[in-house]
Amino acid sequence: MLTPQEIQDRLERILLTVEKPGRYHGGEFNQVRKPWDSVSTHVALIFPDIYDIGLPNLGLAIFYESLNQRPDVLAERAYAPWLDMEAAMRQADIPLYALESRRALADFDILAFTLPYETLFTNTLNLLDLAQIPLRSAERGDNHPLVIAGGHTAYNPEPMAPFIDAFVVGEGEEVIHEIVAAHQAWKTSNAPRPALLERLAQISGVYVPSFYEPEYHPDGTIAQVRCIHPSAPPTILKRIVPTLPPPPTRFLVPNIDVVHNRIAVEIMRGCTRGCRFCHAGVINRPVRERPVAEVVDAIQQALTSTGFEEVALLSLSSSDYRPILELVETMSERFAQRHLTISLPSLRIDSFSIDLMEKLRGSRQGGFTLAPEAASDRMRRIINKPIASQQLLDTARAIYSRGWTTVKLYFMIGQPGETMEDVQAIVDLCKAVLREGRSVIGRRANLNIGLGTLVPKPHTPFQWAATNSFDLIRSKLRIVRDELRTAGVKVTWTDPHDTLLESWLSRGDRRMAEVVYAAWKRGVKFDAWQDQHNFESWQAAFEEAGLDPDFYSHRERPLDEIFPWDHISPGVRKSYLIQEFKMSQEECLRPDCREQCYACGILPAFNEMRRSLGEDEWFCPIPAPRSTPVPEETA
Amino acid sequence: MTIRCRILYTKGPDLRYTANLDVHRIWERTFRRAQLPLAYSQGFHPQPRLNQACPLPLGMTSQAEVLDAWLEEDLPPAQVQSALQKAAPPGLLIQQVEIVDLSLPSLQTQVRSAEYTLWLLDPPSLEALRAAVDDLLAASELMRVRREKQYNLRPLVESLTVASSQPPTLHMQLSAREGATGRPEEVLDALGIPANAARVERTALHFQSS
Repeated sequence: MLTPQEIQDRLERILLTVEKPGRYHGGEFNQVRKPWDSVSTHVALIFPDIYDIGLPNLGLAIFYESLNQRPDVLAERAYAPWLDMEAAMRQADIPLYALESRRALADFDILAFTLPYETLFTNTLNLLDLAQIPLRSAERGDNHPLVIAGGHTAYNPEPMAPFIDAFVVGEGEEVIHEIVAAHQAWKTSNAPRPALLERLAQISGVYVPSFYEPEYHPDGTIAQVRCIHPSAPPTILKRIVPTLPPPPTRFLVPNIDVVHNRIAVEIMRGCTRGCRFCHAGVINRPVRERPVAEVVDAIQQALTSTGFEEVALLSLSSSDYRPILELVETMSERFAQRHLTISLPSLRIDSFSIDLMEKLRGSRQGGFTLAPEAASDRMRRIINKPIASQQLLDTARAIYSRGWTTVKLYFMIGQPGETMEDVQAIVDLCKAVLREGRSVIGRRANLNIGLGTLVPKPHTPFQWAATNSFDLIRSKLRIVRDELRTAGVKVTWTDPHDTLLESWLSRGDRRMAEVVYAAWKRGVKFDAWQDQHNFESWQAAFEEAGLDPDFYSHRERPLDEIFPWDHISPGVRKSYLIQEFKMSQEECLRPDCREQCYACGILPAFNEMRRSLGEDEWFCPIPAPRSTPVPEETA
Repeated sequence: MTIRCRILYTKGPDLRYTANLDVHRIWERTFRRAQLPLAYSQGFHPQPRLNQACPLPLGMTSQAEVLDAWLEEDLPPAQVQSALQKAAPPGLLIQQVEIVDLSLPSLQTQVRSAEYTLWLLDPPSLEALRAAVDDLLAASELMRVRREKQYNLRPLVESLTVASSQPPTLHMQLSAREGATGRPEEVLDALGIPANAARVERTALHFQSS
C-alpha cells in the first residue's frame, strides 16, 4: 500500500482538476487526528455516497465521537468519491484513503459501512474495490481489514451477504465497542481470520452471514436457512440500548457546503403509531425519549463546539414526544438571540403543530410540511394512518392564515388495495388545500406535493404485498401530475425506475448478491442519484445472474412463505405482522399502542432489559390480559 | 456600540480547497464558537457583517488574507484575537487584529495588487523558466480568454521574477483592482505550466494608501 505521504503527493496533482476538491481533503473543525501507532485498533467509518451527503450522517457522528473518546482506538472517515474523482484516483492509482491520516483503507483494522438504504449497495462494492480489498468475504485473508456494516438495510442483509464479514442488526452504540473488543482479543491471539468471525458471531445482534446457508425450493422461495457453524445462533435478535445515551455534541464542521449544515439531536427513538408501510416504525421499537434537559444541554454544548446556525430535532413523530411543548418553549427562550434556525420535522396534522412551529421561529421562512400519506378514508384505514380530510383542510387553512405561504404535503401511492379513485382523492384533496390557501392569502398561496411510491419492506405488515407494476405506477403518477398542473402547485415524485430497483433489493435473497455484483461490474454506482440512469444495466445484471426481477417485486407472497430475512429479528413477531396485514385487508384500524399493548413481541423480546428499567421508561403499557389470544408464531 | 475589527490571517493547507464563499461561512462559525457578538445586517434575512478583502482562488494558501468584522461590543483587539484563535479551524491562523474606523471604505474597493509565490511540482530548468518569463514580460499584449471573455493579461502582471532557489520558485505581483484582477494560474498557463503542477501562496495584499 502507498504511504500517507505518497497518497498526499498524488492527491495534490489531481485535486485541482476535480469538482469540489474540499470533499477529499478533511481538516474539519472537530476532526480527530491521532498518531497511528498510539492506538491498537484503527476503524474507518464509511458512508458509501459522496462527502456532501455522508458527512451529516448522525449514525456515523455517534460512532466517530464515541470511538475517538477511547485512548486505544482511532476512528477516521471515508466517503465515495464522485465520478470525476474516482476516475482521477484510478488513473493515478490512489487507493481509497481515510481523510484524517491519508492512510489507505486497507491499512485499517475495521471498515465499518453504514447502509441506511439499498441504493448504496453498488457503491459499497465500488469502495471496497477502490480500497483494493477483495470484494468477497471469502477471499479476504488475515491481513485484510474486517468489513462490517449496519444501518436499516441490515434487517435484510442477504443481498450483501457475500461481501460483508459481519452485520450489526439494530442499534450500534454498545455493540460497536464489543466488536472492537473482539477484534483486539483476536489480534493478540494471532489466530486466523475465521476465529475472528467466530468471536463476532457470539456477540448479540451480530450476524455473520457466512455461518448461514439458505436452501431454496425449486420455485426460488426459501426452504430454510441453515446454521452451518456451532457459534452461530439460529436467530439474530437486534440490539437496542435500554435508554438513549447522551447525544454527540462535537459534530464535524465541514469546510465546504454539505446537504445539512446543522446540529442534529435525536429527541426520541421509535414510534407507536403503527403505520403499516413504515419500516422505521417496526424496527425502532420500543419508544425511548431523551429528557428535555439532556436535549437542551446537548444543543448548548454543540452550538459552542460547532458554531452551526441550524438545529434539527429528530424523531419519527415529533408531536408524540411527551414534553414537546416544554422542549420548544425552553429552546426558544434559551436560544432566542442566536439567529438560529430550528427544524422540527414529522409533526402531526393539527393546530398544536402550528403553535409549536410559531414558537420556534420568528419569521416563517420555508414551507410547512405535513405527511397525510393518503387522501381517502379507505386508504387511511389500509395503511393505518387515520386523519380526517377536514382536519387537514382546517390545519392547512390555519397554516396559511398564520403567515406561511407554502404548505408541503407528502403522499404515498402504490399501497396494497389502492384504486384509481384513491389516487384521484389525492388530487381532490390537494385542490381543496390550495382553495383554502387562496381564500386566505390569495395568489400567494403555494402548495408543494411530494409523491412517494410504496416499496414493501421486510419486517413490515406489507412485506407480503406486491409492488405496483411500472405501468400502474406511471399511470397513477400521471393522474396526479396532469390534474395538478396549476399555478401555485409544484409536484415532485419518485421515478418509478428507482421504486422498482429499491423494491428488488429490499426483499432480495442471497442470490440477489450476484445481481448486485453483476450490476457493479457493468459500471453501476450511485443508484441513489436520479441522474445516473442505471436501470438497463440492472435488468442486464438480473439476466446475467439468471434471476427474474419480478419474482422479488411483483409477487404477492403467501403468508406461510419463509422469507430470506426471517432469521433476523427486530423483536416484533411475524405472527403480529400477519395480523396487521390481515387487518389492513379488512380495512381495520389499529390504535396507537401507547394506549394499550397489542403484543407485537417487543416486550417479551427485551423482557429482562425492560424489567431493569422504570415503568415509565418505554412507552409500552403493561399488557392487559387479552380477550382474544394472539396466535402463536407460525415460522 | 459597534466596532470594526480588521483581521490579518493565514489560510493554510488545511483550507486550501475551501472556496471563498465557504471561507465566509467558516468565519461566521468561528465567531460563534468564540462567542464574539457579530453585528448583523438589518432586514428580513439578517446576515452577519463580514467583509473579505479579495477572494483567494481555490487551491491556494495565503499569508496575507484580510477580513473586516463588525462586533456589537467594544472589545480589546487582543481579546478578540485570542478568542478567535481558540475557535479557529485547522488552517486558520490569526496574525493580527486591529480596530479600525467605522467610516473607512470597504476593503474590496481599496485592494490594488497581490503578490504570489509559486512552487513548481515539475520544475523546468532555471534557464528555460527564465527564458519563458522574459518572453512573457517582453510581450506588449497577452490576449487570453477566460469564462468566454477575451482580455489582455499583460498589463495585469506588475512584476514576475524567478528565484534561483532549488527547485526554482516564481514570484509575481498581479493587479487586484475591481474588474482588473490577474490570476496566477493564468500566468502559469501563459508560461506553459499546468495549474495543478504548482503550489501557490499569496504572500501580500497591497491596498490604496489612505
